[in-house]
Amino acid sequence: MSKTHVSTQINGDSYEFLCNTQQTLLDILRHELDLTGSKEGCSTGDCGACSVMMEDRLVCACLVLGVEANGKEIETIEGLSSGSSLDPLQQKFIDLAALQCGICTPGVLVAAKALLAKNKNPSEEEVRFWLAGNLCRCTGYDKIVRAVLEIAAEARNT
Amino acid sequence: MDYVAPKTAMEASEALVQDGAFALAGGTDLLVKLKTKFISPNIVVDIKQVPKITSIEESMDGWWIGAATPCAEIVEHESLCQDWPGVVEALSLIGSTQIQGRATLGGNLCNASPAADSVPALIAANGTCVISGQTGEREEPIENIVISPGATVLAKGEFILGFKLPKPPSGSGDAYLRLIPRSEMDIAVVGVGTSVSVDKNKKITSIRISLGAIAPTQVILDGLEDIFIGKEPDEDSINKLVSLAESACRPIKDKRGTIEYRTKIAGVLAKRTLNIAYERATNH
Ligand SMILES: Cc1cc2nc3c(=O)[nH]c(=O)nc-3n(C[C@H](O)[C@H](O)[C@H](O)COP(=O)(O)OP(=O)(O)OC[C@H]3O[C@@H](n4cnc5c(N)ncnc54)[C@H](O)[C@@H]3O)c2cc1C
Ligand code: FES
Ligand code: FES
Repeated sequence: MSKTHVSTQINGDSYEFLCNTQQTLLDILRHELDLTGSKEGCSTGDCGACSVMMEDRLVCACLVLGVEANGKEIETIEGLSSGSSLDPLQQKFIDLAALQCGICTPGVLVAAKALLAKNKNPSEEEVRFWLAGNLCRCTGYDKIVRAVLEIAAEARNT
Repeated sequence: MDYVAPKTAMEASEALVQDGAFALAGGTDLLVKLKTKFISPNIVVDIKQVPKITSIEESMDGWWIGAATPCAEIVEHESLCQDWPGVVEALSLIGSTQIQGRATLGGNLCNASPAADSVPALIAANGTCVISGQTGEREEPIENIVISPGATVLAKGEFILGFKLPKPPSGSGDAYLRLIPRSEMDIAVVGVGTSVSVDKNKKITSIRISLGAIAPTQVILDGLEDIFIGKEPDEDSINKLVSLAESACRPIKDKRGTIEYRTKIAGVLAKRTLNIAYERATNH
């Protein structure tokens, strides 16, 4: 099967790859580009573990074809920290124990960052609805929601 | 599987004529079907680069919503939200934030699910869609598109370019409600879209109600004019509406609800959407 040449920007860096048309963006990130931060939970859009930003919109990478990424700007969890210093939201997740096994965490963080970019002062209800597509089997969600609300409050006070 | 992303409507139609061709908009239905091997396309035609297919425009004639505009973008359009709050409510219920970033009205309609959330609201709003094909464009009322679960009237090479909604006259309001077993991320047990207009004296001048998930395709309620035109809604007319909605039901029974439950809910949601739409109309 012939492969399609795709060039894209991921976390500000240029990437070129050859892609067969069946591969999803998530397959490409994880298996071709070794960006394994985005996780595969369901591969059918239900769990949000694969959440990435594409052209500034939150999407499930498992529901995007790799070929569709051509010419697009993608941001993944790998772009969140700068070098070894964590993003304040990541640090807050650790401080509040908002993660246990960690499988859902990259997707939750990407989704929460997208919310905070849009809404500096989300209510608890808004956080819960925004994150409804990010499933977590461990935390019971409460600590996740609290971490997001605390970071939002801290950002407003600085 | 081949992939093409044509830059014109004609090229898209030429690609879609081929055997085993599928249009790709947001992919939130198509990629799930690919993954679960429900379909195995020979060619996927990404229609998102076709002109006008991702634009939202307001004109004297009304609204244009490109068939491949992501729902997240439609929801951000303030004046559209003011004109058609019910339509926007309906499409904003499709999936999670992530799904909203990709899902489109064209995909919601053409996936042809009886439970598609945007469709009853678009029908109630008297929307039409512009279909593009090899011989040019044609316009159809939205209720004419789906013929049975998973099947549409679209001929080979045809696809939906966009939706047209009228400019609502002053004194208009619409609403959409659905019932799902949880508060997010589920498929409608019943969905109801309602649109009404009133005169200066708050008397109803037009009314349109469409129900989803209660029959193989979306249903438009007949006989509403006799009950409501020239009047304010009252207990008697609302009771008649509830019976009308219940008798329109030919639902399936599944884990989300029995036939009796769905039928009962159809009446309840018809009543509630009318109340909301009427309230909006009298404040518009
Ligand atoms: C986790 C999850 C939750 C969901 N929740 C809901 C929900 O709550 N309510 C709901 O209604 N739906 C829901 N859906 C289903 C889906 O998201 C919607 O139906 C969505 O609107 C489909 O749009 P799309 O652009 O992604 O379609 P696609 O997947 O791109 O296409 C769907 C079908 O329509 C065809 N098609 C697409 N665009 C056109 C066009 N312009 N002309 C002709 N044919 C076209 C495709 O060939 C395909 O057969 C959910 C899906 C997922 C994965
Ligand atoms: S892996 Fe993409 S939503 Fe679950
Ligand atoms: S921390 Fe384990 S799934 Fe969320």
